[in-house]
Amino acid sequence: MAAEFANLIVSPCSRFVVQGTDTMALVDLSATELLRELNGGQATSVEVTQAFLDQIKARDDKVQAFLRYDEQAALAQAADVDRRRKADQAVGRLGGLPVAVKDLLCMQGELATCGSRILERFRPPYDSTVVARLRAADAVFLGRTNMDEFAMGGSNENSAFHVTRNPWDLTRIPGGSSGGAAACVAASMAPLSIGSDTGGSIRQPAALCGVTGLKPTYGRVSRYGLVAFASSLDQVGPLARTAEDTALMLEVIAGHDPRDSTSIDTDAPPYTQTVAEPLAGLRLGLVREHFGPGLDAEVEAAVREVIRVYESLGARVREISMPHGKYGVATYYVIAPCEASSNLARYDGVHYGYRTDEAALHEELAQEHKQLVAAGRAAEAEDLDNALVRMYRRSRAEGFGAEVKRRIMLGTYALSAGYYDAYYLKALKVRRLIRQDYDDAFEQVDLIAGPVMATPAYKIGEKANDPLAMYLVDLYTVSANLAGVGGIAFPCGFSKGGLPIGLQLQAPPFQEERLLRAAYMFQQATDWHTRRPPL
Amino acid sequence: MSLTREDVEKVSLLARLKLTDDELGLMTIQLGQIVGYVAQLNELDTEEIEPMAHAVEVTNVFRPDELRESLPREAALANAPKADGECYLVPAVLGE
Repeated sequence: MAAEFANLIVSPCSRFVVQGTDTMALVDLSATELLRELNGGQATSVEVTQAFLDQIKARDDKVQAFLRYDEQAALAQAADVDRRRKADQAVGRLGGLPVAVKDLLCMQGELATCGSRILERFRPPYDSTVVARLRAADAVFLGRTNMDEFAMGGSNENSAFHVTRNPWDLTRIPGGSSGGAAACVAASMAPLSIGSDTGGSIRQPAALCGVTGLKPTYGRVSRYGLVAFASSLDQVGPLARTAEDTALMLEVIAGHDPRDSTSIDTDAPPYTQTVAEPLAGLRLGLVREHFGPGLDAEVEAAVREVIRVYESLGARVREISMPHGKYGVATYYVIAPCEASSNLARYDGVHYGYRTDEAALHEELAQEHKQLVAAGRAAEAEDLDNALVRMYRRSRAEGFGAEVKRRIMLGTYALSAGYYDAYYLKALKVRRLIRQDYDDAFEQVDLIAGPVMATPAYKIGEKANDPLAMYLVDLYTVSANLAGVGGIAFPCGFSKGGLPIGLQLQAPPFQEERLLRAAYMFQQATDWHTRRPPL
Repeated sequence: MSLTREDVEKVSLLARLKLTDDELGLMTIQLGQIVGYVAQLNELDTEEIEPMAHAVEVTNVFRPDELRESLPREAALANAPKADGECYLVPAVLGE
């Protein structure tokens, strides 16, 4: 009866639902609230999905968070959930909630470009475990989000297709590499989103776009079917509006997967059941080295204000030292490119992806040969690439963008004969020192609090020609990946210019529950996470 | 230690990338800057430190030795730029 009545008062354009006396757009509700509407029969998945699709159509020309979406497929999926719910059949945990997926998770038969020309037409033959779990939980796949090519970058400027814009200021970067994933949630084009984080790629765009994003502990979420960038650092994780929504999403995707030998063989706790429990006697650590030169004054002020909020909630705060953190970026930019150069060797123009034009390739080789012989350098002509090697080299040169080439070159150099000990092995040793800093810190505190990025979002193009400057912004995020610990980012203030500022909390391995509960406590006490950009 | 254009050219062959003259020049400068930055790791004495290859050091993860279905050949070849229904095809390198 209640359900029928609710159907009557849903407006014909399907965008509004009457809640008591308030008329609230569906797209303004959190995922948790939407799920309540769905399960209570006040809204259908088709209505919710249509509302977000309408929002994408209205806003994504400006934001460009999505690479593609399939309206009919999403609505068909939603209708199927509605049908089952109506027939009192089993409905999964996400109950028809729309989810946006970063374009590097395999979904059977659907394009997965990784933001790269080399995979422009790649259709994976199987589902990644995360996608399979979302499917089993009855998520509705809304569309695929933009990213820096192969997740290499922190601005989305490295996408081969287009640059996603920050919904708070369309002239600025959304952060990256999960820039589309964060921007679509910030712009209310999706209630839930999936990203990946190799050196900050969930936390940094979450902070810059003013949403909540969690990088799980390494091993918490399966990497099976995640297109690999740096295998010892990559983790898949959720982006959402609130800690509660993030808990819901993590609950669905976390857990052991026999197909990923690095996934940990323990059950993930039911995060949504505990997220609202405050942490009594919480011990927060502030890292002395995080507050040095380079940290924007407004960001520092916002972070220090967070500390006061937590203190008012009963937390005890102490200063700690993590002396090796300053080597994080240098360590990361050895290890990640080394792993990337190896992982990306598979894009060879043979198995999948782009291949160079073969006639042009043979023509090029013939020309080079002729020129060398004519110049009296016949011996060098014999050393020219053979056709297969040249096919690899041309396919990769044409298929990869500048940043990906730079990292492949860096990794290949660092791993090449004579340099392995000086770079890769050295970096692995410093990595252990960074991990030891964390172990020492967590002897004294329960969570580490600090900035996500030293500044709010910068202008598109500002750092585009300076790769080293681009790498240095990863200072506060890479260490969590190197050490394998979890971290969460959420909004904790705004700059005078109206740009979101994010806070990062980091926890000991497999303490995502603590991260979520602490974020929830903060979000109950403040309303930064409820602000939406004026689009 | 500084990187020369010749070093970069040699690495581009190892990396199976064909770089243009402009790219070689720019890459020499940029890789040089990054390698210079990374050199700060040498400030640390790591003589006694065990390298850490993985955050979660699990080893010997086995699965039961049971036959399972694998990807059908057709699906495995579906994304190949060039295939003959049985094999991936590449430019000939022998008998030229």
